[in-house]
Amino acid sequence: MTTNHVAPPHMPRLLAAQGPALAAHRLRFGDCPKVNAPELISLLDAAGLSGRGGAGFPTGRKIAAVSGRDPVVVGNGAEGEPLSRKDAVLLTTAPHLVLDGLELAAGAVDADKVYLYVPTHLVPDVTRALDERRASGLDRFKVTVVEAPNTFVAGEESALIRRIEGGPALPRDRTVVTAISGVRGRPTLVNNVETLAHIALIARFGPHWFRSVGGGNNPGSMLVTLSDATAKQNVVEVPAGTPVADLIPRPEVVRAALLGGYHGTWVRASALDGTGVSGVGIVHTLRIDECGLARTAEIADYLAAQSARQCGPCTTGLPRLAELLGKLAYERAQNTDVREIRRLVGLVEGRGACRHPDGTARMIRSALETFSADIERHRHRSCEAAEVSAV
Amino acid sequence: MKSTKKPTQRLHVDWTRCDGRGLCVELLPDVLRRDPWGYPLARDGSREPAVPVQALRNARAAVGRCPRLALSLLATTPETRGRHSAP
Repeated sequence: MTTNHVAPPHMPRLLAAQGPALAAHRLRFGDCPKVNAPELISLLDAAGLSGRGGAGFPTGRKIAAVSGRDPVVVGNGAEGEPLSRKDAVLLTTAPHLVLDGLELAAGAVDADKVYLYVPTHLVPDVTRALDERRASGLDRFKVTVVEAPNTFVAGEESALIRRIEGGPALPRDRTVVTAISGVRGRPTLVNNVETLAHIALIARFGPHWFRSVGGGNNPGSMLVTLSDATAKQNVVEVPAGTPVADLIPRPEVVRAALLGGYHGTWVRASALDGTGVSGVGIVHTLRIDECGLARTAEIADYLAAQSARQCGPCTTGLPRLAELLGKLAYERAQNTDVREIRRLVGLVEGRGACRHPDGTARMIRSALETFSADIERHRHRSCEAAEVSAV
Repeated sequence: MKSTKKPTQRLHVDWTRCDGRGLCVELLPDVLRRDPWGYPLARDGSREPAVPVQALRNARAAVGRCPRLALSLLATTPETRGRHSAP
């Protein structure tokens, strides 16, 4: 934790270096300190860092749970979520923070094998960064780059493990925790790449510095991908817990926001002031001239198509849900259709090898709640969005 | 108090294998029912339903006879199990 480099004072932190090169990285952050396992775990526990990949599990506890011989460590940069681009931005602008974190995690569990799992288009960026480290003698561990296919479930932990084993990137059934049995039955630690980058900063500047921004139970900074119906996506680094309303450029033209991505939750515009960003940093806004039911049907269609089609309830239930949501959005839906959607949501939830059906269920439930008034209007052939002049 | 109580056995379904043949539902009517598509549905709504002691014999039979080998009995509690969300 001794470094003669000045910690980034407020924001940005992860994105504070002048460029992706190793020289810029060392100039801004200094060299990565050597930290042993108990030290790293207590630093992370004191910092209160939780995973930035979606599950939000405490990182220190996750590292401490790895037990057994010849552990495997994986940095997960798959980011199959269409509304997220923060991991790609991090890997292209600060790859060395991610690699520092990967080495610290690998060192802490005394890893036998280390992998970095990234989409094909980012392989050149991370390969360049790995080459730079090798040339500078900074490669304590050999890092193998594995390509993630461009599918929604490719970054799910068991899908990642199957892919690294040489199989398809599809989820699989588990009865033992990954920390005990993951890649080829070895104890395996999988961390999101943003989580790894935070580890690299906490090891340098300490937990007190980390906690100097963000909320008490949601400390530190986080990367957030902001988007709306246009294709443009904007990645920002903000204190965790920042009110979502503060991140939206024109809140007056926003009807609702989908927080956390396609597996996330719809929240009405009026509640965005009192809602802090947390979990996986995704804020997708719906303008007042856009129909929430239509957008939900579109997302449900996508999620049904992205089912790995391995588990019956997901394979059968998601397409049926998408169909009914389409009816809700574009046809004259009956009360029985809404009841059927609620029943199906309950039937798919918790009944798959991965959480794809659960996440889909969560998003649909929140849509029924958030757009309840519009469901009533659609039944009478009107729509809230159509009553607004274009913005 | 004697601490001879065995840990609760829970029924785990490998959904990637199950195709709803229904044998488990017939053997364990108090634990499972069939959903509209024929897949086993836990009566208590849990991910891995607890098997009552009197149904353990049938549960073991279901595990052994499932034509898709999709069932297992786990002695652990769900909290100690690794379940992770999709990306």
